[in-house]
Amino acid sequence: MAAAQAGDRRAYERVLADSVALIRAVARRQGVATDALDDVVQETLLTVHRVRHTYDPTRSYDAWLGAIAGRRAIDALRSRGRRDRRELHDEVALDRQPDRDDASADAERRQQARQLRDAIAQLPPGQREAVEQLGLREQSLAEAAAQTGRNAGALKVNLHRALKALRGRLHGED
Amino acid sequence: MADPRSNDSLIAALSAELVPVRRLLPPWLRTVGWLALVATFAVLLFAHYGDEPMLRRWAGAPDLAWAALGAAVTAITAAWAGFALAVPGRSRAWAWLPLPPALLWIGASGLGCLRTWLAPGTSIATVHQSADCLVFIIAFSIPLSALLVWLLRRACPLRPLLAALLVGLASAAASACLLEICHAYDAAVTDLLTHALAVGIVVAANVAMGGRLLSRR
Repeated sequence: MAAAQAGDRRAYERVLADSVALIRAVARRQGVATDALDDVVQETLLTVHRVRHTYDPTRSYDAWLGAIAGRRAIDALRSRGRRDRRELHDEVALDRQPDRDDASADAERRQQARQLRDAIAQLPPGQREAVEQLGLREQSLAEAAAQTGRNAGALKVNLHRALKALRGRLHGED
Repeated sequence: MADPRSNDSLIAALSAELVPVRRLLPPWLRTVGWLALVATFAVLLFAHYGDEPMLRRWAGAPDLAWAALGAAVTAITAAWAGFALAVPGRSRAWAWLPLPPALLWIGASGLGCLRTWLAPGTSIATVHQSADCLVFIIAFSIPLSALLVWLLRRACPLRPLLAALLVGLASAAASACLLEICHAYDAAVTDLLTHALAVGIVVAANVAMGGRLLSRR
């Protein structure tokens, strides 16, 4: 990580790849479900990227990474808890599910689409561009990169951040 | 739900946008940086009021000096603990560091109320005068808290509420210590309660806002 702080991309790629196992172990120990482990891994990697300047090479990398992973695992558990409380279980949902042609369901779908459009419009320009090019127009990374003049890596990171922001806005998560 | 394969693509993307970063300075050095602002305020207050009245009060009533020392050490240790805890992986035990000086600060202030003589050059503050102390502590706490929050946001406070609590404690203690330079009132229950109220307001305001300000993800 010390080399990565100085800008060594190969060392950075290696240290991040080596970190995945520890992040998963920390998340599992905190009680994160198996199907949510990769969410925690990715949130942790994004945080590591943002705060990599806080790592002190004279101290343990594992302790530093473990603390960040532990916090992101707790965030994942909290947001899942909130979602579970909000969402209906299958049997209840079936009873309450309106017909597809129900006028109110149609209005609801339109309303949801409008909410999504509004949420996309409020994203920062880079993230909005990534959603529009990659998500809505279904362009490939190379096409989107050529069209926007940004590199593929930046587009991918922007898309990831945009989806997280949209999930937060639409589901009321942090 | 994230796809395990997307871990690799995220790692590749993050590596592709890697740029060199300047390492965060050690917590003690960052504490010194914040104390420089406190020292600047102290120099300005000494330039205006001089140190003679304060030293005369302390000579006549040493409990006032002990309370000021407690407040000063509380400010230093709370800021240091805040900076240390803003680095991931540091022990949570840091949060206890300001407790002993805070006990000295509170204890000496409380004992001062039991004294039967007045410290030299002081009077017992009226309610109106006590309100000035409240305004002083809160007013000085605002820039001190703002600088601490700004500095902590450069790091990674994984426990934003605890960090905000330490920010509030450090800035309120530093302000109470600065007040001692020009505090012409002796220790008394009303004044002590006003100080406690001011410290409480500063800490509560930081916790109420700081949690949000410090929880950058």
